Amino acid sequence: MAVRVVGPLQWIVYPSLIAIAATVILATPVKLFGLTLPEPVLPMVLAFSWPLIRPSVLAPMVLVGLGLLLDIFWGGALGLWGLALSAVYGVVLLSRSFLLGQETSVLFVWYAACTLMAFVLAYLIVTVSSPTAPSVLAMIAQIVPTLLVFPLAHIMIERFDDGDVRFR
Amino acid sequence: MAFRDGPFENLKVPLVWTAAVVVVAAVVASVLLLLNDHRATDGQAGYGATRSTADAVAGPVGGVFAAPVRWAGAASDYVGGYFFAVAENRKLKAQLADFQQQRDQVIALKNVNARYEVMLGVRTEPPVPMATARSISESRGPFNRARLLDVGSAKGVTVGNPVINEHGLVGRIIGTSTHVSRMLHLTDVASQTPVLIARSDARAILKGDGSGNPRLEFVRGVGAIEVGDRVLTSGDGGGFPRGLPIGVAAKGIDGSWRVKLFSDRGAIDYVRVMLFQDFGQLLESDDLNAAPLAGLITAPPPTAAQAAAISDAAARRASISAEATARNRGATPARVTAAAPTPAPAPPPVVPAPRPATTATPPATRPATTATTPSPARPRPAGPRPYQPTSPPAAAPATTPPPPAASAPPTPGAGQ
Repeated sequence: MAVRVVGPLQWIVYPSLIAIAATVILATPVKLFGLTLPEPVLPMVLAFSWPLIRPSVLAPMVLVGLGLLLDIFWGGALGLWGLALSAVYGVVLLSRSFLLGQETSVLFVWYAACTLMAFVLAYLIVTVSSPTAPSVLAMIAQIVPTLLVFPLAHIMIERFDDGDVRFR
Repeated sequence: MAFRDGPFENLKVPLVWTAAVVVVAAVVASVLLLLNDHRATDGQAGYGATRSTADAVAGPVGGVFAAPVRWAGAASDYVGGYFFAVAENRKLKAQLADFQQQRDQVIALKNVNARYEVMLGVRTEPPVPMATARSISESRGPFNRARLLDVGSAKGVTVGNPVINEHGLVGRIIGTSTHVSRMLHLTDVASQTPVLIARSDARAILKGDGSGNPRLEFVRGVGAIEVGDRVLTSGDGGGFPRGLPIGVAAKGIDGSWRVKLFSDRGAIDYVRVMLFQDFGQLLESDDLNAAPLAGLITAPPPTAAQAAAISDAAARRASISAEATARNRGATPARVTAAAPTPAPAPPPVVPAPRPATTATPPATRPATTATTPSPARPRPAGPRPYQPTSPPAAAPATTPPPPAASAPPTPGAGQ
């Protein structure tokens, strides 16, 4: 019986590609029954779950790349989301020993706090670099769908945690 | 221990620490990228080749990925059209009855307006060519509100072109590639548009803040704006043509003036890019920074014919002046007294001067008293007159070189 290897391809590369594809699809300018599609920051799921799955050198670099892709695709300032996602990764990495093995509700609270921190950081940067401060209501309208994709982060943690026998 | 024995084999750095170092490096790199971002200030140059290439790739890729979503959207519109057909039909009938009345008024007013423009010599703006485009993708977040359009520089789209849909102004182009361009929404935090209130003609700046309804700022005057006032582009600054409909004024929940955009009345799927070139875009910044009198020293030298005419006029003026001086010396005291209060300019000739035959009033018919009241329309040149011998005027061009333009400026009518 062959041993199933869970390498970076499975828990870093494929989820990244899925996040990019989903971001492109959700950017479609279409209205379904009068409502536009939501626009969550999907790489936030990866920034939260990757350090909990296992520390990695590759993951932060991929996160910066995803952030740059978001900036270019959405037309924002280069480095905005790279900085926000790296900050989330760093915070979760520092609190890893506390979060490992916690219940889902605790993880969600931490995920919400990290998301809020990332958006506040982006809000401050845009406020400084733009002539007008962004609307707080509009920011909440993007925070909410980003929080709603937390189950994806939980699924990733459940799926890949302890997936590599070397980290058991 | 020798180096070949591998002194670092047993050295183990925790993976958390190496990951933390990479995170710090990533943060530093992101900060440097942020500090070097010039897309808002440098136009197409700041937009950069990276973004243009990424847009060129994202356009078709997004079109393929989003095809199922588009089909779903079209299906929902199809179904929704059946559900709301009756209500929409009633609404359209009411609108049609209203518009039919307005149509005749508009035709009459256009006719009157065209006549006024001709009478007043108003320089109206020429018709603006347009390029129709489809929206490929959009960003709707609080920090970025932009769209990718499937037309680019190949169809003449340039940075700054306004974008409209069937309802009103949507935004402007901020970056182009060959076949894809990026449009900044009026609601983006970087968008600032000069507008006017149609009722009061008051001016304001429309500032996006990432929400659906941009803010109206710098509104001047008491009662300049009321709820429901139409907001149009003012054309100030030359970025947009004047009069493009934007929306209606409304009070926001924070008490600020905001605009309900006309362009939000329907899906922004197909738009038109106005290939608008304003006077500001045609100017070169070097011309604006040039010295104001720089053009005066670059006047071309006079041609041979002009030089001959100038010399001829100067010789005539010198001979006339000499004759008048000699005549004044022999004039009666009463005549000199009468001539004393007259201004300095040299008197016109009493003796018929060799003027061209095309002169309306022959010199011979002029009364002699006009010698004491010279015409103010013929002032004497302020510069020093060149010395001219009493040679015949006809010989002057051939024998004397043309005087410099600064020393002998032509007087009005000197060429006659």
